[in-house]
Amino acid sequence: MDVGQLQRSFLEYTASLFRDGFLDGQFSQLQQLQDESNPEFVFEVVSLFFEDSEKLINDLTRALDQQNVEFKKVDAHVHQLKGSSSSIGAQRVKNTCIAFRNCCEEQNIEECLRCLQQIKHEYLLLKNKFETLFSLEQQIIAAGGAIPTVE
Amino acid sequence: MEACNCIEPQWPADELLMRYQYISDFFIALAYFSIPLELIYFVKKSAVFPYRWVLVQFGAFIVLCGATHLINLWTFTMHSRTVAIVMTAAKVLTAAVSCATALMLVHIIPDLLSVKTRELFLKNKAAELDREMGLIRTQEETGRHVRMLTHEIRSTLDRHTILKTTLVELGRTLALEECALWMPTRSGVELQLSYTLRHQNPVGFTVPIQLPVINQVFSTNRAVKISPNSPVARRRPSGRYMPGEVVAVRVPLLHLSNFQINDWPELSTKRYALMVLMLPSDSARQWHVHELELVEVVADQVAVALSHAAILEESMRARDLLMEQNVALDLARREAETAVRARNDFLAVMNHEMRTPMHAIIALSSLLQETELTPEQRLMVETILKSSNLLATLINDVLDLSRLEDGSLRLDIGPFDLHGLFKEVLNLIKPIASVKKLFVTLSLSSDLPEYAIGDEKRLMQIMLNIVGNAVKFSKEGGISISAFVAKSDSLRDPRAPDFFPVPSDNHFYLRVQVKDTGSGINPQDIPKLFTKFAQSQSLATKNSGGSGLGLAICKRFVNLMDGHIWLESDGLGKGCTAVFMVKLGIGGRLNEAKIPYASRAPVNHVWTNFPGLKVLVMDDNGVSRMVTKGLLVHLGCDVTTVGSGDECLRAVSNEHKVVFMDVSVPGLDIYEVAVRIHEKFSKRHDRPLIVALTGNTDRVTKESCLRVGMDGVVLKPVSVDKMRSVLSELLDHGVLLESQ
Repeated sequence: MDVGQLQRSFLEYTASLFRDGFLDGQFSQLQQLQDESNPEFVFEVVSLFFEDSEKLINDLTRALDQQNVEFKKVDAHVHQLKGSSSSIGAQRVKNTCIAFRNCCEEQNIEECLRCLQQIKHEYLLLKNKFETLFSLEQQIIAAGGAIPTVE
Repeated sequence: MEACNCIEPQWPADELLMRYQYISDFFIALAYFSIPLELIYFVKKSAVFPYRWVLVQFGAFIVLCGATHLINLWTFTMHSRTVAIVMTAAKVLTAAVSCATALMLVHIIPDLLSVKTRELFLKNKAAELDREMGLIRTQEETGRHVRMLTHEIRSTLDRHTILKTTLVELGRTLALEECALWMPTRSGVELQLSYTLRHQNPVGFTVPIQLPVINQVFSTNRAVKISPNSPVARRRPSGRYMPGEVVAVRVPLLHLSNFQINDWPELSTKRYALMVLMLPSDSARQWHVHELELVEVVADQVAVALSHAAILEESMRARDLLMEQNVALDLARREAETAVRARNDFLAVMNHEMRTPMHAIIALSSLLQETELTPEQRLMVETILKSSNLLATLINDVLDLSRLEDGSLRLDIGPFDLHGLFKEVLNLIKPIASVKKLFVTLSLSSDLPEYAIGDEKRLMQIMLNIVGNAVKFSKEGGISISAFVAKSDSLRDPRAPDFFPVPSDNHFYLRVQVKDTGSGINPQDIPKLFTKFAQSQSLATKNSGGSGLGLAICKRFVNLMDGHIWLESDGLGKGCTAVFMVKLGIGGRLNEAKIPYASRAPVNHVWTNFPGLKVLVMDDNGVSRMVTKGLLVHLGCDVTTVGSGDECLRAVSNEHKVVFMDVSVPGLDIYEVAVRIHEKFSKRHDRPLIVALTGNTDRVTKESCLRVGMDGVVLKPVSVDKMRSVLSELLDHGVLLESQ
């Protein structure tokens, strides 16, 4: 594929992510921060996010597996996850976190487990999307083009 | 005779006397027995009787007396010993009881008598109270009448209605035959009958004011009884025998100008009206005290009501007058505006119209000068040029002055080269001076700034005018120009006592002195120098030229520059010194544009970059921390990141200008950290600015942040532009005025 086509499909894909609500305005802010002095900024942030989220989700699974669930701890974890996801603009993950927090307040274990499932699901989805996005970027760079900025 | 135990009566029985005694004793006994019964009966009936014990005693006494008399009945005839014994016993008892009662009565009777006295006293009191109640009732009646009258009087502001109503109501209330009001005439010499109730006398009838009876009435504010024969109480002869009593009272006529609330009404008025009230004749009625009081009160009320009416009339008149004046003023203003507009139009037109031909003349004459001319022709052309230049100057001056007059001239403030200006003046004047063989020196003081802010063109004009004058009026010698910065002691000039220049940080006063060795000025002429078109005879020589406007214009310009100008001369032939001071701004470089700084409004320009700004970011969420760091790095800051409160406290130093703290960390860590930072840096300018980053929009979070001394609260998510403006505002103001 030539560079132009790659760039176009990159833009299309990014637009679709925004359209489907996976990402919101915050992500575009992140993209703006990427410049010559900081060429890998978005990649670094997103990778960090995924690392963090994996750890948090594991912690959550463990916490909810307990006999006596400590809702305060669960809430703390979810809070962290919410913070991270809103920082990078992962909209759907963030919204799920908000719902999760409500369940924690109500101390409803079933609901919490359900929310956890949903978070895992959303997270995997998002991870997938990002992987596709980054591979597209790599292809563009390999083909010698520049990554187009989303208007 | 039989021997019996009977007792013989004392004396022989006399039949008739015996019989009478018998009957009397019987009746006495009867009475004596019935009295206690009656007493008991009546005391039982009455509720109050304090002396029951006395009653018993008395009863016993009476009963025993009765018994005695009853038993006596048996002793008239032969009676047995038993009867005698019973008789004796009864008598003894009676004696005992009567003595006891007698003794008792000594105590009782005074009390009983005093009861009587008290009763009398109470009766008197009751009578007195009755009288007083009668009085109060009368007063109340009077009061009611007065109120009603006052109400009637006060319900209108029309003089005539007031007075008429007064008379009518008074007449009704007091059932008067006649009620009349006499007003003083304009001349004040007579009293004229103005209003009457029943027209006993013709209205317009006058009476001189100086009558003794009238003076008597006027001298007191009480109602005075006057004789029915006095001229004011005259009435049509009605064939009645007994004219009713007449009372007169004064009514003060108050004027707005002499109304004093404390003196009223004694001292503040000289004019009184007279109210005369006549009771119906043949009615044998007398003026009662309360009726007199009523009259007095009404007279006062009438005075007040009349003055109100007068004041109202006055104010209505004043208002009408003001309205007229307003209209007139409006008209005058519009006319003036039209005139000004007309003049401005005229000037604008003339300005253009006059300058155009002048320009043509001057241009063409100077061109002509360049061509080949014979000497006569050259002379002529030069004259033409000189004259037209003069005319052009005159036109300019006149137009300038008229603009200065109506204040429409504005100075062209801008930075300029001060030293350069003086040099230019020197250069311009040197040729002319050298032609007249005059030397010119210029001395600038060392503390004179190189650049200043002011109207360069006009300042030049002033300088040229003054120096030009100096050259013009000097035939020999020279001109020396000196300029320096006016210091406070030299600021005050004895010739200008009301000129108080106050130098400030941004301004200085430039003082320029131009000294010439010319013909000097007569000190008497100095004040006239600055008036337009005035030239003293000694100055007006054939060669002087000029219109006399120059100095006037200079003065106007100097005044516009907040300065002062004056001339000094020791006399004719002794030269003259012109001094002026103007206020100039201290100028920086010529390319610095000073923008006035509005402290409250946000700064107009936003910094685009903050190179090297040291910032500390505290956030326990790795991703969020990285994003914020990226944001700040993008804006050029030097960012340090920490993940907890303790690390933050360890890392913070006075090199950091701003500390961003993410508030989404649950717990009070953040506030603690803020407080500690405050403690660590006691001096305000050492301390970094603390800003909270939070996703919470609620007021509680915001207030808690501000309470612990944070300098601002920023709402996440933060965009690049938002961060940029936040940092700009922080650095300019030191605090975030609005939470973003």
